[in-house]
Amino acid sequence: MDTNEPIISIRGVTKIFNTKESEVDALIDINLDIYQGEIYGIIGQSGAGKSTLVRCMNFLERPTKGSVIFDGQNLADLSLKELLKVRQSIGMIFQQFNLLMQRTVLKNVCYPLEIAGVPKKEAKQRAIELLEMVGLSDKINAYPSQLSGGQKQRVAIARAIATKPKVLLCDEATSALDPMTTRSILELLKDINRKFGITIVIITHEMNVIESICDKVAILDNGRVVEVGKVEEVFVNPKSEAGKRLVFKTDEQFSEFGSEKVYRIVFDGQSAFEPIISNMVAKFKAPVNILFANTKNIGGKAFGQMLIQLPEDRILSKQMLRYLEERSVKYEEVTQDA
Amino acid sequence: MLDAQTLSMIGKGIIETLYMVIVSTVCAYAIGLPIGLILVITDKNGIRPCPIISKVLGFIVNLLRSVPFVILMISVTPLTRKIVGTTLGTSATIVPLVIASAPYIARLVESSIKEVDAGIIEAARAMGTGTFKLIYKVLIPEAKPSLIIGGAIAITTILGYSAMSGFIGGGGLGDIAVRYGYYRSETEILLVTVAVLIIIVQGFQELGMRLAKHCDKRS
Repeated sequence: MDTNEPIISIRGVTKIFNTKESEVDALIDINLDIYQGEIYGIIGQSGAGKSTLVRCMNFLERPTKGSVIFDGQNLADLSLKELLKVRQSIGMIFQQFNLLMQRTVLKNVCYPLEIAGVPKKEAKQRAIELLEMVGLSDKINAYPSQLSGGQKQRVAIARAIATKPKVLLCDEATSALDPMTTRSILELLKDINRKFGITIVIITHEMNVIESICDKVAILDNGRVVEVGKVEEVFVNPKSEAGKRLVFKTDEQFSEFGSEKVYRIVFDGQSAFEPIISNMVAKFKAPVNILFANTKNIGGKAFGQMLIQLPEDRILSKQMLRYLEERSVKYEEVTQDA
Repeated sequence: MLDAQTLSMIGKGIIETLYMVIVSTVCAYAIGLPIGLILVITDKNGIRPCPIISKVLGFIVNLLRSVPFVILMISVTPLTRKIVGTTLGTSATIVPLVIASAPYIARLVESSIKEVDAGIIEAARAMGTGTFKLIYKVLIPEAKPSLIIGGAIAITTILGYSAMSGFIGGGGLGDIAVRYGYYRSETEILLVTVAVLIIIVQGFQELGMRLAKHCDKRS
């Protein structure tokens, strides 16, 4: 396959919902290219049209205008039968997991294989392997209602990749989960991406989800794509209003990194834009782990924030903090849940 | 009063009633289940929306449901004669029972299927499930507990109808209650038949609830 061809190509997609009173433009002239093996994030606030967009990718929603090309096929040209076949090569997971409640975990994972016509024995074999991979081999005969949220999502992931799809669509897959579980689910997705080369499309309203695993990101606002780019670039320098809103929104979710003390350093324009951290590292000859950074140089002054992890040595870390104080850099300890 | 002959008559009545009710329920489900499914699927928010089919079918169902059973029973006698050859006895009663209860079952099935979580249906569609497989691999299995409860409700309603058919010589316990209890004022027999009917209704109800609970894996 030509790797320069996008696996999903969205061209001029517009989706209009007709309600009794009015027409709602859910998506307006969307253009996106998603390439094989990428982890592609689509972020936006609720009501931005993310869920509609991801549903256009497997034609659960038919676009009002425009085309969706999956693996070289225009989905609009396919017969229903062909479309069903294509959907077997696009896995999907959801916020509410959407497992079959009257089937065991094993039977849930077998379901897409049944639909694809895989012989029962073979299907069972594959389902067991997949459940082993997601770490649930002891739950194969349990029912979904007996599982925790994270476990349910693991089952959903195993189910979604059972038919070896080329793409996995994740619709707010971690939004119903706590931060710890979110992290483990994101790690699992990353693993799957690396191991099987499955392209992953992630829909979310949480910037930290995008940061932790996505290569590229598209920002959706009021039905339009307002910004597209590599995650680092968009993150460091968001150009759109919506991008700025998402990036500069302070939140506490970074506190789960690592086990040592984590400090948030705030650059509020008081300090000069000099390489404070690298100077500090050079001076104390001790490593500092930068967990997250988002700083900007505006007129020679530093703005933004950074999360750093100081060495375990308490005396050393105290000295480092004093060093920061001397340079009028504000910091605070980020509380750990441990 | 309750001599061996009466008891054997009541015994025969029980068997006739069960025969009528069970055969009618099975036949009514054979008709009502697909109609209920079609109503859900062709609904404007359904999997394969088709307003014409859903409206026409919905209208017929409502029409049949609004005819009181006693009237329906009498008005279908020509049809009954054609199918069974007679208008008297238990087999003849099955015809109006099925016609009256099939639309009722269709509505029960419709409401049970509509309880299935839309997210689960969406997930199944995303996995490339076609309409038929969606029905028998997702909708029916996921709605099973609710369908069983609906079945228990249907069977007790049909039992009630079957007793009514006693007035036109339908056989079964209703027939005994009408002939002995009403025309001859033999209160004792009337009370016994009523007691037996209550036990049968409770039995079906209890069985249905337990079965539904047993096969529901949601809790």
